[in-house]
Amino acid sequence: MGGVVMVLSAQPTLCVRPADGYTVRVPRYPLGHCRGATQAQEENMYKILDRVDYSDDVYVQVIEAPAIAVACQPGQFIILRIDEEGERIPLTIADFDREAGTITIVVQAVGKTTRQLQRLGRGDSLANFIGPLGIPSEIEKVGTVICAGGGIGVAPIYPIARALKDAGNKIISIVAARNQNLLLWEDRMAEISDELIVTTDDGSRGRHCLVTEPLKELCEAGGIDLVYAIGPGVMMKFCAKTTQPYGVKTLVSLNSIMVDGTGMCGACRCSVGGQTKFVCVDGPEFDGHQVDFDQLLARQRQYLPQEKESLDAYLVNVAVTKVA
Amino acid sequence: MTNNIRGEKPARKPRRLEIPRTAIPEQPAKVRATNFEEVTLGYDQDMAMLEASRCIQCKKPKCILGCPVGIDIAAFIKLIGEGDPAGAIAKLKETTSFPAVCGRVCPQEEQCEQLCILGVKHEPVAIGRLERYAADWEFAHGSSGKPAIAPKKGKRVGVVGSGPAGLTCAGELAKMGYDVTIYEALHKPGGVLVYGIPEFRLPKAIVQRECDYVESLGVEIKLDYVIGRTLTVDQMLENGHDAIFLANGAGLPTFMNIPGENLNGVYSANEFLTRSNLMKAYRFPEYDTPITVGNKVAVIGAGNVAMDSARTALRLGAEVHLIYRRSHDEMPARNEEIHHAEQEGIILDLLANPTQIIGDERGWVHEIEVIDMELGEPDDSGRRRPVPKAGSERRIQVDAVIVSVGTKANPLLTKSTRGLDLNKRGNIVADEHTLETSKEGVFAGGDIVTGSATVILAMGAGKTAARSIDRYLQGQPLLTAEEQDTITGSSRLAGVAS
Repeated sequence: MGGVVMVLSAQPTLCVRPADGYTVRVPRYPLGHCRGATQAQEENMYKILDRVDYSDDVYVQVIEAPAIAVACQPGQFIILRIDEEGERIPLTIADFDREAGTITIVVQAVGKTTRQLQRLGRGDSLANFIGPLGIPSEIEKVGTVICAGGGIGVAPIYPIARALKDAGNKIISIVAARNQNLLLWEDRMAEISDELIVTTDDGSRGRHCLVTEPLKELCEAGGIDLVYAIGPGVMMKFCAKTTQPYGVKTLVSLNSIMVDGTGMCGACRCSVGGQTKFVCVDGPEFDGHQVDFDQLLARQRQYLPQEKESLDAYLVNVAVTKVA
Repeated sequence: MTNNIRGEKPARKPRRLEIPRTAIPEQPAKVRATNFEEVTLGYDQDMAMLEASRCIQCKKPKCILGCPVGIDIAAFIKLIGEGDPAGAIAKLKETTSFPAVCGRVCPQEEQCEQLCILGVKHEPVAIGRLERYAADWEFAHGSSGKPAIAPKKGKRVGVVGSGPAGLTCAGELAKMGYDVTIYEALHKPGGVLVYGIPEFRLPKAIVQRECDYVESLGVEIKLDYVIGRTLTVDQMLENGHDAIFLANGAGLPTFMNIPGENLNGVYSANEFLTRSNLMKAYRFPEYDTPITVGNKVAVIGAGNVAMDSARTALRLGAEVHLIYRRSHDEMPARNEEIHHAEQEGIILDLLANPTQIIGDERGWVHEIEVIDMELGEPDDSGRRRPVPKAGSERRIQVDAVIVSVGTKANPLLTKSTRGLDLNKRGNIVADEHTLETSKEGVFAGGDIVTGSATVILAMGAGKTAARSIDRYLQGQPLLTAEEQDTITGSSRLAGVAS
């Protein structure tokens, strides 16, 4: 953990009530002093106001970031960095409250940074929280829109679906997950949808099928003007493949690796219609029928060995700290 | 001074001009190729005084004409020669805010030192090294005190970007009594000084101290603020900024548009250097950001950024091949950088142009194909145009490719700003002498106006912008009658010459 002092907190563990009643207790660790922070950097800390755990891996955090909360639009993302040694990771904005000055992010813990973030909660702070980044979704009345969210992809699709609904569109939502424990925001999506379809890969809730099945049926039936598909790369790839024969415009929100998120480095580049685009400034939304998903998926795996090394070292470190 | 045995005239002190240019101590090439410590170590006091004694203190020094910020070079060198580094640093700080940076990264050989009269028959005075000596002396011995700050003027100026142009402009305006806020998109201030130039050429502790200095003048630096996204320029003007200086830098990396550029292991130089410098990936896993070079790296390009990338990759443990389509003579990097790179073991593969990057079945770089070139007739830039030799394609096995072929303007800020004229390359159009843009109260300078240039030119632009903004806010003409005359005079001359 480098220069960050991790001290086991004497505060009570955080007990939360997620939508599905799945309760998790996670001990909380206050963020230690960050080495080498300047005055400006120290003042720049972003407070975590709340954390809600949905499962062992998925959690929600509400961050105090008034400037971003005022400026953000559906479809945009933020980049955060936990501490001085931290990496910059992009996360889509799941919700925002302009008056309270807060941004809500939904995170799936997969690597070191997202695991570390999972241990932070109310009272802790992040070193950096930057945004809103990317081009906002184009919200206009087009008719009937399918909003398909896979896994935590439901979170970023929620503000888009809400805005599309407010713009007068008919919203058919498909909320999909591997199993019912991973289903997210079914209730929230139900509130803003004219029709809601739930699918799980194992059939533990809703229809026992992949997200593409109802998507195909709806396209088959006709009358669909636009499809939004947000989720893991593979899910978006197959959603785009499903809608292509029907010629229904399908927008996807790409989740590539980024560093600065402002167009400076090009780490996030991808091929769209044979042209190289930067997800951070040209996207994150693109025409799913034009995206080279295989390249996207390969690029997402670029640092797998390093990510594993980093996570393993972190987990060992956390275990040692706990014992101490 | 001692008499010799025969009681003849005292042995004369070596004439000034006979003293050779004082070499600067460096880490040995083999040692430094394995670490990220600074390459050059700097003069000690004896070396600095000896070197300063070479300056003949011209009545009308030419060196100052070569300095984009107009440092009184002869004066600060004289003070070093007198053993007064404190006086020297004070003299330097009258005109430049960042001598520790300029002393290290300015291309003095094309500026002040090129005009040094000693250079005609001998070697020029090592002005850059002396500047660095004075600045490092100050850091080692404590600051010589803050410059005078004028009474508050009650006007607020926003500066976009905390690179060399932004920091300079902010510092100058703060000294004049303005309330200045810098908006920086990244999480650390310094711009290219932190994300671009490696630790071994410009230690980040120095950049941090220069930024602290600017803050000590009363400038507020807001990090994590992406102008164009978090706040727009129009919103800045609406919410109380009386003037704005746009210094957001060169921006977007360009690629070569050859097949295979999106394979894993292909980096833009910007990404590679940002990972290593800003994110400290060279200290992975202590720092979280990874970087991969494998065993063999190809760097495309031969500018300063290419040299920085190549030398960083080398320090990360790779064998580095620098591929450039022209010959050694046309390499745009500073001679010192090329020299250092060669010393450290960078392999130059000149007169070769990449044609494609070939990947393996997992989507990773495996080989790069280049075609050999020969030099033909001079092109528009005056350099001989490289022409491919038909049928000379060959492949080099590599694990990573770093593309360093320049940048173009980042549209993020400019697209979101109403009424800001851009040229066809997307750079902001600003008056050459005043840096005024087409938008009222908005000035622009540095790489976003000129395209990729040098740190010192950006600092020069920062100074000019501060002068213009001061005059603008006081309701004065942006140029004095005298300055106007000089400009029309020189353009008349230019007209005659052409």
